[in-house]
Amino acid sequence: MADFTSGFWTWFISLTTIASIIFLFVFLLICSKKNDVDENETMGHVWDGNLEELNTPLPRWWFYSFIFTIFWGAAYLVFYPGLGSYPGILGWSQAGQLEKEMQVANETYGPLFEKFKNTDIVELAKDDAALKVGERLYASYCTTCHGSDARGARGYPNLRDDDWLYGGEPENIKTTIMEGRKAAMPPWGEVLSDDDLFNVVSYVEKLSGRVVDDLHASSGKEIYTKMCVVCHGAEGKGNQMMGAANLTDDVWLYGGSQKKIKESIALGRNGNMPPHKEFLGEAKVHILSAYIYSLSN
Amino acid sequence: MADSATYNYKVVRQFAIMTIVWGIVGMLVGVLIAAQLAWPALNFDIPWLTFGRLRPLHTNAVIFAFGGSALFSTSYYIVQRTCHVRLCSDRVAAFTFWGWQTVIVLAAITLPLGITSSKEYAELEWPIDILITIVWVAYAYVFFGTIVKRKIKHIYVANWFFAAYILTIAVLHIFNSLAVPVGFLKSYSIYAGVQDAMVQWWYGHNAVGFFLTSGFLGMMYYFVPKQAERPVYSYRLSIVHFWALTFTYIWAGPHHLHYTALPDWAQSLGMVMSIILLAPSWGGMINGMMTLSGAWDKLRTDPVLRMLIVSLSFYGMSTFEGPMMAIKTVNALSHYTDWTIGHVHSGALGWVAFISLGCMYYLIPRLYGRTIYSVKLIEVHFWVSTLGVVLYIVSMWVAGIMQGLMWRAVNDDGTLTYSFVESVEAMHPFYIIRFLGGGLFLLGTLVMAYNIWKTVAGSKPVTATIPEPVGAH
Repeated sequence: MADFTSGFWTWFISLTTIASIIFLFVFLLICSKKNDVDENETMGHVWDGNLEELNTPLPRWWFYSFIFTIFWGAAYLVFYPGLGSYPGILGWSQAGQLEKEMQVANETYGPLFEKFKNTDIVELAKDDAALKVGERLYASYCTTCHGSDARGARGYPNLRDDDWLYGGEPENIKTTIMEGRKAAMPPWGEVLSDDDLFNVVSYVEKLSGRVVDDLHASSGKEIYTKMCVVCHGAEGKGNQMMGAANLTDDVWLYGGSQKKIKESIALGRNGNMPPHKEFLGEAKVHILSAYIYSLSN
Repeated sequence: MADSATYNYKVVRQFAIMTIVWGIVGMLVGVLIAAQLAWPALNFDIPWLTFGRLRPLHTNAVIFAFGGSALFSTSYYIVQRTCHVRLCSDRVAAFTFWGWQTVIVLAAITLPLGITSSKEYAELEWPIDILITIVWVAYAYVFFGTIVKRKIKHIYVANWFFAAYILTIAVLHIFNSLAVPVGFLKSYSIYAGVQDAMVQWWYGHNAVGFFLTSGFLGMMYYFVPKQAERPVYSYRLSIVHFWALTFTYIWAGPHHLHYTALPDWAQSLGMVMSIILLAPSWGGMINGMMTLSGAWDKLRTDPVLRMLIVSLSFYGMSTFEGPMMAIKTVNALSHYTDWTIGHVHSGALGWVAFISLGCMYYLIPRLYGRTIYSVKLIEVHFWVSTLGVVLYIVSMWVAGIMQGLMWRAVNDDGTLTYSFVESVEAMHPFYIIRFLGGGLFLLGTLVMAYNIWKTVAGSKPVTATIPEPVGAH
């Protein structure tokens, strides 16, 4: 087993444990031997005026329950892993238990998901039975980030609006869930001066329709055309191929205040949607995709 | 009169009074954060009032400020009275008092500011950890130095438990707190990953085992026979359960890490030793309760004795519950739920707080040469606080089991029946009941504070001469 750096530790753990359990057992037996002090006689020491001790024998029920737990413990270590790398007669392990439970779950529930797999996502999004399953899958796996109402949170996209970073077509959604997405907005804080940053922010605000100082915005535009245009496009409409945000609407994933926009440009953003292909399998992702698609269609 | 002919009651008195003060402070913070869980708006959006910062303040205040002061006070009292000598050094003892109070004040400042090592029950940052170590070594010096000077050769059982607690806490504190400082107020643990988790729970569980169990059993072994005026039930039982408890507790930590990255073998050993720990734990309860044989009638008339015995019942209950929760199958349901919180509080309120406060009812009047102002108010305290504990534990049992069941409930397609937030929502009524329970416990303690105030106000501290030991030694 990879838990140990050398075979020594198995011996060390086993011997220490076995010796300890034997020690407890023997110690208990010695202390339970017949008593030479009478029931109502004290041990003869007196502390602080009147503190004395009787020497009543160990209560039998207590003694036997102690013995029972010692034997129970010893038996457990025969059947289950405990003594170093010794796996135990039953061969149980927590990883094995998980595997077995997952296997049973897949056999039991797998077909329920599989039966939707060949239906087109757009069709599936009209199927009440599939949507019910999809809603439950969403509640189990997606709410942590996207919220129980699917309206997202700062840094986590709203799934109910019609704004899509990586595209809102059924196959886009499915790819996003299957493979995950990694945003790569680079940080410009090192490259741009504070004034430049302010100007770009003004221009970005202008793109989304806000009233700004034209002088700042036009200097900002110059920088924009040099540095931002590759991803966000000449008109600022973004690019779903690379997840570059549309800057002309009023949807702000990381906040739309001047301060937040500046922060996005200066520090960059690296949103991370984890891949679920391995974790959920295609059948579940297919149903989830239909559910997500149904939220905005 | 020469100092050496009298007991040092000054440091005992100081710690005894601070026990009550810190008890109220710690419980007050507890009641506040219980209210925040029921009504999150009570965070007031002020960072240093948020649950995450006040929770460690609550745990540190009740365990180390309240419990710690009670342990210092009673151990200094008991070690003197059962060794028939004055503490070996008044100055070092005074240093432990001021040093410990400084640690507490520093904790009360740094934790709300968010300065934390993030290790549970060991949140204080490294400069404070070093101060704790120095104070603790001074404590060990005073305690063992006094034992060495004793007039009675045989060491009284209470002192064994104090000795085990002082030594083990030193080892636990030092090894768990080993860290690399990266600044005056920030450090990183020298352990990484699952090893850090294992060291953390080796410490965490034995803070329960040695601080909150051994130490308070030491208290019990003096005050129960004193208050009952009966001899300790069984010397032999005290030997077996002392050694078995001390030996076995130290293994039990891994049960906090069931079904985690901790290797299977370590989980199993933690579980097996937790089960074996049941009988040794109960040994203390039996020895305390059976000390009353022949004097059971006193339970009806003496509310202090009743408080001590009820604390032993809670001790027995939580040391039964603990091993059960350490079984993997049970733990799979109970872990991460409020059941754990209920379990901790049946120990913390029912056992630790009750035995400490019961002992203070015995101790404080004697330190000031008074009788207690009102026995009736002790009755009121006892019943109000007992009702509080019961409400607390029962609401958390229901809440915890409900959470566990909701989290594992699945629909017929294998998806989870409840999203996490639904289980949070379902907790609301139980969090209110818990808040009420904690509030009642605090109310009882306030009644006690009033009673103690009326008892000691205007009194003169007692100077007690050391009596000659009686009997053969």
